Amino acid sequence: MDDSNKILDQVTTGEYKYGFSTDVETEYFPKGVNEDIVKAISAKKNEPEWMLEFRLKAFRYWQTLEMPQWAHLKMPEIDFQDIIYYAAPKKKGGLKSLDEVDPELLATFAKLGIPLHEQKIFSGIAVDAVIDSVSIKTTFKESLAEKGIIFCSFSEAVEHHPDLIKKYMGSVVPYKDNFYAALNSAVFSDGSFVYIPKGVRCPMELSTYFRINAINTGQFERTLIVADDDSYVSYLEGCTAPMRDENQLHAAIVEIVAMDRAEVKYSTVQNWYPGNKQGKGGVYNFVTKRGICKGESSKISWTQVETGSAITWKYPSCILKGDNSVGEFYSVAVTNNHQQADTGTKMIHIGKNTKSRIVSKGISAGLSHNSYRGLVRVMKGAEGARNHSQCDSLLLGDRCGAHTFPYMDIHNETAVVEHEATTSKISEDQVFYCNQRGISPEDAVGLIVNGYAKEVLNKLPMEFAVEAQKLLQISLEGSVG
Amino acid sequence: MQQYIDFFLTYQEAISKPCAAALNAPRQLAFEVFKEIGFPKFNSEEYQHTDISSLLESDLGLNINNLKIPINPYEVFKCDVPNLSTNLYFMVNERFYAQEEVKLSLPQGVFSGSLNTFAEQYPSIFSKYYGQLAKSDKDGLVAFNTLFAQDGYVLYVPKNVVVEQAIQLVNVLRGDTDTLANRRLLIIIEEGAQAKLLACDHTFDEKPKFVASQVCEIFVAKNALFDYYELEESSENTVRLSSTFVKQEASSNVVCNTITLLNGVTRNNYHISLDGEHAETHLYGMAIADKKQKVDNHTNIAHNVPNCLSNELFKYVLDDQAVGAFSGRILVAIDAQKTLAYQNNRNLCASRECRMFAKPQLEIYADDVKCSHGLTTGQLDETALFYMRSRGISEEEARMLLKFAFTHDVIEGIRLEALRDRLKLLVEKRFRGELMKCAGCCSNDK
Repeated sequence: MDDSNKILDQVTTGEYKYGFSTDVETEYFPKGVNEDIVKAISAKKNEPEWMLEFRLKAFRYWQTLEMPQWAHLKMPEIDFQDIIYYAAPKKKGGLKSLDEVDPELLATFAKLGIPLHEQKIFSGIAVDAVIDSVSIKTTFKESLAEKGIIFCSFSEAVEHHPDLIKKYMGSVVPYKDNFYAALNSAVFSDGSFVYIPKGVRCPMELSTYFRINAINTGQFERTLIVADDDSYVSYLEGCTAPMRDENQLHAAIVEIVAMDRAEVKYSTVQNWYPGNKQGKGGVYNFVTKRGICKGESSKISWTQVETGSAITWKYPSCILKGDNSVGEFYSVAVTNNHQQADTGTKMIHIGKNTKSRIVSKGISAGLSHNSYRGLVRVMKGAEGARNHSQCDSLLLGDRCGAHTFPYMDIHNETAVVEHEATTSKISEDQVFYCNQRGISPEDAVGLIVNGYAKEVLNKLPMEFAVEAQKLLQISLEGSVG
Repeated sequence: MQQYIDFFLTYQEAISKPCAAALNAPRQLAFEVFKEIGFPKFNSEEYQHTDISSLLESDLGLNINNLKIPINPYEVFKCDVPNLSTNLYFMVNERFYAQEEVKLSLPQGVFSGSLNTFAEQYPSIFSKYYGQLAKSDKDGLVAFNTLFAQDGYVLYVPKNVVVEQAIQLVNVLRGDTDTLANRRLLIIIEEGAQAKLLACDHTFDEKPKFVASQVCEIFVAKNALFDYYELEESSENTVRLSSTFVKQEASSNVVCNTITLLNGVTRNNYHISLDGEHAETHLYGMAIADKKQKVDNHTNIAHNVPNCLSNELFKYVLDDQAVGAFSGRILVAIDAQKTLAYQNNRNLCASRECRMFAKPQLEIYADDVKCSHGLTTGQLDETALFYMRSRGISEEEARMLLKFAFTHDVIEGIRLEALRDRLKLLVEKRFRGELMKCAGCCSNDK
């Protein structure tokens, strides 16, 4: 396995390629959070009174809470007063066209490979780019509007579609949900809003790209997706951050509402800066993601490829309220060096004949720790609920950890719930088998790791699958063959 | 909790008086810890489904002055596990029941008897082991038990001694008022020794509320072999809070089997630590619960060294409003390579109101290991039921047969033939609803 160790080394030493930072003029709020800051953020966004009230309620509630400690993470106490809660590239008046966007910013997104230019029409993705606290540019807005689809920044939505926001914001993740959700509800700066009207199939993938740029800032964005009856949308999310020695905080909220027979597919490729090899710096990624299948036969599918962040604390969940609704969770989480991940999902079965499927693949290398934590709860009325969970862990190296914490709460006797998990390293037999057939050890390891994650990668939309595969060291396969 | 602190302060002397010095020594530390941490907090990660404080809240009598309890278990209980009746011992509430005239056929050097007697006769061995696994400083329940422990049972098997016949220990709960029995078990199996112990829990009186707090420490040395079976057939008013700690040295082999047939609220903690290479442990559990019974098993197996094997299987059959909880943790330490660890939890829910909470966990810090865990919760297979019904078996009988088959592999894990046969009968009776009172060792006089 010497050769394969070399490849593993490559993986472990692979450099973070998105670690640059951009020099754009940025406007900061002072460090720390208090009611004045919350009010200032709200004022900055020209928000109506009800929005400010929501924020203040959340903030007051947050003050009563303590940082959750139950996750399998070693985490220093975070000083929430040492974070800048609002940072934005300075705007010179409202943006009318892409030409007015700071060329530095455009260059940033070009570097990240984000098709912000509408000329790149063939890439066929509508993008909402969020840098630090502010949504920079949403593309394809007009062509989407023809179909009645609303895809805009959250601040715009508050301004133009207050009814929808009032109705749905906080309906899936209330501000009382948890520590980070409360904090986000108080200080969130921007994010994306999507509304797909009845019977509309969104013709293109919608995408948000998040980037933390400014130093010492936290990013708190909020995404809300509402899919009305018989609609369909596929949504992508990508994240990167510059290399900084300090830890940066990212605490987002994603809410999804799927009405009758609607289908929402949410894919994430998370590649925040993971910190350097000594474990210094990196992003703390504490995200609350939850979708509700409100209508009958609706479907929410989460797919995530988690490769970045120093610490990940993230449990995309589905509340299966409508009868016959379906929830899916596909995840590949890779941790390396000193990274820690405690991630998984929650499937709450409320409606009859609801189904959920969980496939989680963890890969840990270096000194990292990778935990799967998932809950399947079948409520009393959930006749014929069905769940299958599978979580596998692959260990690359003898100093890393792979942990599994599944929870199953069953309150209905007709439920059938299954969980299986395995933990292993790459089998020497498999490598040997490949070698026998003329495949070099490097190729063999690449092949095995990719095959291991394939089940999840296949669920990603084409554009992302390519990126994810690359990220998945990707490099494992790419660098060798 | 405060009531126990006050109680201890008031009766400290009375509690310590009848006990050997070695038993009193750790009390002060236990008190300090208990005062600080109290009982495990409800809803905390480890105690999500059992609220210890509320179970111990009511006014419970503690027989600290060792008032005589009018019962002679040897007369009252007739054990009907065949071939096991020779080495029979009793504990009444928290005290070992000494009976001189009983003839015992134990090999030379083996001690099987009261904790206090052992502490006096073998003070050096006692202090070498007592409280070494069950540390007060982290665990509120252990601190509580240590604080009030006055007596218990010791099994000591010296080096290379093989106890052929199984030993049976019957824990009888007896009292006219609500009672707290706080017992302590210490089991020491020295190098190359072998023994089998069956501990049954019975409640003599149906009416009063009983809380049995038990801490059991098991030391299994090199090449030793030990089987530990726990069978609970208490009453609906009985609470059992048990913590079992096992430490295994190299090449030792332990079977630990816990079966809950009748109970009120049960919380069993098993902490098994594999500290020598090639140690092997088999942990089995089974619970049959209906009405408002509650069974909460918490297991923790630590693979601290390479080349060990652990195999864990827990099965639950729930009916009516019963609540089942299982949380199992397997920890593979850094460098514990070539570990084999298997964990399996299978649950049957037979009614709308019953609830099952399961949490099988793996924590792995070594890469060359084979670990797996599986978990299913479901109902009886409709096609199997249909198959039987189409062959003229009544639905009720078919369900019974399937449930019985479901529990089969836990019973098969028992390495004591007599007990295995006996259990098959008991489980069948239980499913047929005939096992209403402790019938495992049926009482003669009532």
